[in-house]
Amino acid sequence: MTWEWQFFLNDDGSGRTYLQWMIDAWGWTLAVAGASWVVAVSVGALMGTLRTLPNSPWLVRLGNAWVELFRNIPLLVQIFLWYFVVPKVIPAMQGLPGYVLVVAALGFFTSARIAEQVRAGIQSLPKGQRYAGMAVGFTTVQTYRYVILPMAFRIILPPLTSESMNLLKNSSVAFAVSISELTMFAMQAQEETSRGVEVYLAVTALYAVSAFAVNRIMAFVERRVQIPGFIVAGGTGGGH
Amino acid sequence: MSGLDLTFVNWDIISNFVAKGFIFSVQLTIVATLGGIFFGTILALMRLSGNKALMLPATFYVNGMRSIPLVMVILWFFLLMPAIIGRPIGAELSATITFVAFEAAYFSEIMRAGIQSIPRGQVFAGQAVGMTYSQNMRYVVLPQAFRNMLPVLLTQTIILFQDTSLVYAIGAYDLLKGFVTAGKIYGRPEEAYLLAAVVYFVICFGLSALVKRLQARIAIIR
Repeated sequence: MTWEWQFFLNDDGSGRTYLQWMIDAWGWTLAVAGASWVVAVSVGALMGTLRTLPNSPWLVRLGNAWVELFRNIPLLVQIFLWYFVVPKVIPAMQGLPGYVLVVAALGFFTSARIAEQVRAGIQSLPKGQRYAGMAVGFTTVQTYRYVILPMAFRIILPPLTSESMNLLKNSSVAFAVSISELTMFAMQAQEETSRGVEVYLAVTALYAVSAFAVNRIMAFVERRVQIPGFIVAGGTGGGH
Repeated sequence: MSGLDLTFVNWDIISNFVAKGFIFSVQLTIVATLGGIFFGTILALMRLSGNKALMLPATFYVNGMRSIPLVMVILWFFLLMPAIIGRPIGAELSATITFVAFEAAYFSEIMRAGIQSIPRGQVFAGQAVGMTYSQNMRYVVLPQAFRNMLPVLLTQTIILFQDTSLVYAIGAYDLLKGFVTAGKIYGRPEEAYLLAAVVYFVICFGLSALVKRLQARIAIIR
């Protein structure tokens, strides 16, 4: 077997080289993952918080139902649901670009996992934290805003890091609805050039580099927000 | 609600299209779980062996697999398998080999945590009664590690079952493909996706409820 990387400089038929195409695809991967991350963290934080509210059984049930719904359907099926079924049932969503629908799918899918981590993080805090908030006259919202959530977020940063890396890897499933991200590029360029090994190697390397970058960014955040003397237990990340 | 019509569903669709895919998905899940736990345990023992020649390749393999998207791993194996074996192989066989190799990395992390959760005193006790390394592992450490990790292993199996839908990338005929094919033939793709989602949900939700009950029972024994 011989290496052949030259084809990356060939025209792909639309006036750009395969290399440019791959860089564009990398951009799409990062764009899908980045936007989904924002959706996942905000919705996940909200739903995870709802699940721990002391006196609102219906909000707790809503949070629990959210997690079970989005956790028990495969991501690929959820992407198909958002892409094909939702626009058909809700006509107002027909004009939306595929990118938005995929971000919704990946964001909500991941939000269920983050909600689970947020709930676990909040529940791992000693009860006294909540009582302390009440004792100084905070409302529930203030207690969460100033006491519980700042602590809980520091606790869940390690599992949140691995979930963020999972999200980046899961963005590869967007190929199924023809978002022109890295995996889509890999499949198409492999077919067109018959240089599968080189194409896959390049794409795999870009995924590894991106995942590593996510890891470093989160480690940086972890150091920045660290409170001296507040020891955070390391979490183990499952799933993929 | 505009235009969703589920009246086309009948027994023929299930027996002609869905059953075949369902059987493959279940088969793939079982083979990948058993194979993944077997090779995963070996990888975990290699990583905990203290021998660099065993630790380094196992660590490299596990971290490598865990940093690549599953879809890419599926594509890699589908591309390389024919060259390695020397003849073309079907998408289903390729998917099975891929999932065993991929899941071994994830199961090895679970087994490593399980083995490390066993107090050192257990190992010393085994050594004190004259057990060899393999006897110690076989009779003392691994049975306890398995029991401690059973809920996590089963949860990973549910995730694995969901992930089998990704064989879509190489066109293998699994549960999802069964629904998609039926949807295409009957001209009702949206309804087919919806049904697929309901079926996956019922299976995964039911299984995770079982795991939760099991977890509660194990917690009491300890």
